[in-house]
Amino acid sequence: MARITSGVATSHVPAVGAALDNGRSGEPYWKPVFAGYDFSKQWIARQKPDVVVLVYNDHASAFSLDIVPTFAIGCAPAFPPADEGWGPRPVPVVEGHPELASHIAQSVIQQDFDLTIVHKMDVDHGLTVPMSLMFGQPERWPVRVIPVPVNVVLFPPPSGRRCYELGKAIRRAVDSFDQDLNVQVWGTGGMSHQLQGPRAGLINREWDNHWLDRLIESPEEVARIPHIEYLREAGSEGVELVMWLIMRGALNPKVRTVHRFYHVPASNTALGHVILENMG
Amino acid sequence: MSLDKPYSDIPGTVIFDADQARKGYHLNQFCMSLMKAQNRSRFKRDERAYLDEWPMSEDQKKAVLARDYNRMIALGGNIYFLSKLFSTDGRSFQYTAASMTGLTQEAYATMMLHGGRSPEGNRRVGETPAPAGSDQKVK
Repeated sequence: MARITSGVATSHVPAVGAALDNGRSGEPYWKPVFAGYDFSKQWIARQKPDVVVLVYNDHASAFSLDIVPTFAIGCAPAFPPADEGWGPRPVPVVEGHPELASHIAQSVIQQDFDLTIVHKMDVDHGLTVPMSLMFGQPERWPVRVIPVPVNVVLFPPPSGRRCYELGKAIRRAVDSFDQDLNVQVWGTGGMSHQLQGPRAGLINREWDNHWLDRLIESPEEVARIPHIEYLREAGSEGVELVMWLIMRGALNPKVRTVHRFYHVPASNTALGHVILENMG
Repeated sequence: MSLDKPYSDIPGTVIFDADQARKGYHLNQFCMSLMKAQNRSRFKRDERAYLDEWPMSEDQKKAVLARDYNRMIALGGNIYFLSKLFSTDGRSFQYTAASMTGLTQEAYATMMLHGGRSPEGNRRVGETPAPAGSDQKVK
């Protein structure tokens, strides 16, 4: 049977991808950022996941304002990197897992989560930057990926509670898939940042770290945090953090923190990263 | 609109909600069109002519031509859509964010290196903000 073994959360700052793609990851500004993922690369090489359910948000790349799905799932065999205005990132095409993706879609829709099913989609930095941070620059990604884009651009995004419950529904779906697969769930985006207006540059180190403590130890409490608290405390774009709750909901109530990293700044953003393994 | 908007008192912040999205639909879709290389080069050749192909308001077009990002956001633009415009100009998120804060890019980058803009005084309109670049690293 398929099983979810662990969860990864990470920010998906576009400038991190640009630094890597342009050979600047060794510069003093970026070096500490990438160093935060040295352990992660070794860890994932040992874990050898077959599939990653990758929760991220599209940044006006695949979805224009014509159609804005709150939750979607990519069921295609492949997802090309998007041209976000400066040409596509020079990274491999992302290979999907259509059978498991369709199974998850069918299962969670019947658990009352109305996912939008997508068969053709380009994936932007929200998905490819976490891949680069965890796997570096391989010729081919060593894992299949099921993209789960969540709307956090057009307010309101889904509530933290809804995200947390969706994670649980994804867990039940994966548990009932009859291929023997090692599956990870990743939550991306955040942490505190604001990219717009005179308040741009907002960072809240204390709030971020307290939030992360509670995400690990008492996720039910974090799931109750209203959007307005994210907006005020973590910036208008910090509300992306609700996506980490999907990852957390897919794990056991008890988890082991095998890695945790926090760094300010990555361009405009507080970068956070955590790896959680299921216990019990 | 009768919906409560508890976020309307956050200083220096426009939340891109359904009302803003309606107002900015064509502005944002114009930005989206710049994801295609051929559209980028047509836009660069004659910005005004390209903009006139879109049913945007004159105010929106002027804000685009002036690269006034705060104005574009007030008129319904969203930063992720607008990113296609500044990417077309070869500008980064950090350059553009700095331009919206009234700081030079250098001063903005220095503020970020010192821990970013403090939330102290920046949660609600009427509070007194901590000075930009005040060090948050001390805990």
